[in-house]
Amino acid sequence: MASRAVALIPALLALIIVALTLGSAAVTAVWGGGGGLGPADWAALRFTLLQAALSAAVSALLAVPLARALVRRRFAGRGLLLRLMAAPFLLPVVVAVLGLLAVFGRSGPVNSLLAVLGLPALSVFGLHGVVLAHVFLNLPLVTRMLVHGWQAIPAERFRLAQALGMGPGPQFRHLELPMLRATLPGAAALVFLLCLTSFAVALTLGGGPKASTVELAIYQALRFDFLPGKAATLAAVQFALCATVTLAAMRLARVEGFGAGLGREVEMPAPGGWRRGVDALMIVLAAGFLLAPLLAVVWRGAPGVVALPPSVGWAAARSLVVAVLSAVLAAVAALVLMQARVAGRRWAELAAMLPLAASGLVMGTGLFLLVQPVAPVERLALPVTMLVNATLALPYLFRLLLPEALRLEADYARLAESLSLRGAARLRLLVLPRLARPLGFGTGLAAALSMGDLGVIALFAGERGVTLPLLVQRLTGAYRMEAAASAALLLVGLSFALFWLFDRWGARHAAA
Amino acid sequence: MKTLPLAAAVTCLATIAGAETPVLTVMTYDSFASEWGPGPAIEKGFEATCGCDLRFVTAGDGAALLARVQLEGAASEGDVVVGLDTNLTAAATESGLFAPHGQPAVTGLPVAWEDAQFLPFDWGWFAFVHDKAKLPNPPASLEALAASDVKILIQDPRSSTPGLGLVMWVKAAYGDRAPDIWAALADNIVTVTPGWSEAYGMFLEGEADMVLSYTTSPAYHLIAESDDSKAAAPFAEGHYLQVEVAGLLAGSDQPELGKAFLAYLVGDAAQSVIPTTNWMYPANVPAAGLPEGFGTLIQPAKSLLFSSDEAGALREAAVAEWQAALSR
Repeated sequence: MASRAVALIPALLALIIVALTLGSAAVTAVWGGGGGLGPADWAALRFTLLQAALSAAVSALLAVPLARALVRRRFAGRGLLLRLMAAPFLLPVVVAVLGLLAVFGRSGPVNSLLAVLGLPALSVFGLHGVVLAHVFLNLPLVTRMLVHGWQAIPAERFRLAQALGMGPGPQFRHLELPMLRATLPGAAALVFLLCLTSFAVALTLGGGPKASTVELAIYQALRFDFLPGKAATLAAVQFALCATVTLAAMRLARVEGFGAGLGREVEMPAPGGWRRGVDALMIVLAAGFLLAPLLAVVWRGAPGVVALPPSVGWAAARSLVVAVLSAVLAAVAALVLMQARVAGRRWAELAAMLPLAASGLVMGTGLFLLVQPVAPVERLALPVTMLVNATLALPYLFRLLLPEALRLEADYARLAESLSLRGAARLRLLVLPRLARPLGFGTGLAAALSMGDLGVIALFAGERGVTLPLLVQRLTGAYRMEAAASAALLLVGLSFALFWLFDRWGARHAAA
Repeated sequence: MKTLPLAAAVTCLATIAGAETPVLTVMTYDSFASEWGPGPAIEKGFEATCGCDLRFVTAGDGAALLARVQLEGAASEGDVVVGLDTNLTAAATESGLFAPHGQPAVTGLPVAWEDAQFLPFDWGWFAFVHDKAKLPNPPASLEALAASDVKILIQDPRSSTPGLGLVMWVKAAYGDRAPDIWAALADNIVTVTPGWSEAYGMFLEGEADMVLSYTTSPAYHLIAESDDSKAAAPFAEGHYLQVEVAGLLAGSDQPELGKAFLAYLVGDAAQSVIPTTNWMYPANVPAAGLPEGFGTLIQPAKSLLFSSDEAGALREAAVAEWQAALSR
């Protein structure tokens, strides 16, 4: 009986996610009545798909040589670079946009250099600007996912390949390509889905209403026209897209069968000659592209940090608590669904990916309608925010864990069965140590994402539940751009510290 | 699943704490209630006289505020709504959620105002703000701006109040010629941001020559930062007005307290706080006059404003014109 009850947990969890995402949209739809789409909405849908596809393709294409270079080269500061490179993904969007503008904008160093060289100025506004920003935000994530993939190829395979006299070419075909086939579609799909719900980046850098996204149409329907039914219809379109892309990525991704290794740290051969030069160039360019806007954020914000008002401390404390709790909640949920997926239940993967296409606005509105009859919403602001943030972070965690988990199952399932290693013992002795690295990274990511999230809290917050991102927004709304830059820097610093702690925990507990 | 008992505990505590004194719930937009807005001073001042507990419930901006009022509907705990504008009052009236405010008319507006449900508490003219040193000779009209190569930042009318204000401004000044003006403005627009703060922040970083804001924006830099480098450009067509209003919710369980709050909001104490916290003009000029620094601001000769009904009827088509002209 007990085992049957345990088996029901993932199904229950999947139901909760469906309720939170599809359910909240359904509540919004029923409350508002249906709503049809106009030509402007279809144009928004086209632009949304175009920019998401381009952003995913560019991020994935750049991540392959970058991750490969980072895995096979050893240099001073490599570990630091790997961790720092995750930072753009953790930036609140508005901060990231201002950082990018400080580097690529009209009065930034890139255009100053072009002017000195007598070249025409570069504008970051337009489709290319949107893609640039999305690549800046997502390249680090894809790179880290691929780095994990490379690190998971057993070191013995590389030795064997060398013993067989394989050069870099055949080695790529036989060892690395299968890994990429298993990891890259999921990673690209993640970026695609992420850009699908882009709102502030697309609008701010898009240059005008040509660059309208579906999420903006949802915003307009909810806020300006007050047509919740139409917002729900648009959210349904987003869901359909998400499901299609997730299913396609699931079909494309195949698990490679390397067989188990001894779990040693990978020692990938590092060929010399021109390959060395290309790797070095790739690392330098990527580090410059990813770190320069970060430096700009630090530069702008650092002078004012000490002068921040005391309310910032409370807001930061609130944000930290919500972030840690929602990250742990997300990690537990991801592990449960991952176990179900590994056991062959594909719906678990679909359920885990669903929140990615959920419009935060529609989800917030649906929950608002559900919560309001029960209790004044501002009293539940923080718990609801925590729940929503955990749900929204779930897809990243799941996507990070899944390739490793499937590989683990392929390599060790028979051994574990022959030892009758099942349930909690299997999780503790086999699964957790092998997954500690992506789990730590993913939980850190979830905590940082929750830290920077503004969506739901903005809808629910009263006077007392102000979080750090909300405070940043209030500062910018009160002309205090410098104080806002400092508060944003504090936010980024705390997000990064949380991420660093979890990531280090994962690296430390990873089975060596 | 630990969240439910926690939430219940929080709810209980909050209920116990607030059981004795009457509570007045004021729904407003975020920056009104923030510690840099007029909210804290008004809360303190009103609580000193009312024997009540004033609580703010906030939403992102005016549009989000109305959306929240509509979402909560008749079941709302709110008593008073502060911070709608003339582009929203038609929808607000239609919702049937508001009651007459019962206050005498305000006297500080540059236009005549009659509305039984919505009481103005501050107002401002939309304007393009620039840096006097970087752009010494700004264009003198919307049409001159459109003909020039001056780069501007504007906000999206679908997600921002000033963005919608500009669409109404062009419509009020040019009527059927509005699409032509937008087509001519297209090459001046660097980008369209989702909200005011993104555009204003980017302007301060030097991404454009001018930004759509208010004639009162330079007063912030002058008074709070002792920086007189910013100015608003007077435009020959006249300037569109934003009038911010407050209203009483029909479902309020404290209507008398709500009316007392509205009276306080347009009274001398609150009105003298507004200029240097909300950076708008007060609806009733305080006895002590406007703060120093407001005297240096431009005074448009002509004010443009659609009535609530006109704005409600025009909005959708005007935004569609804007979108069509800029999507070409």
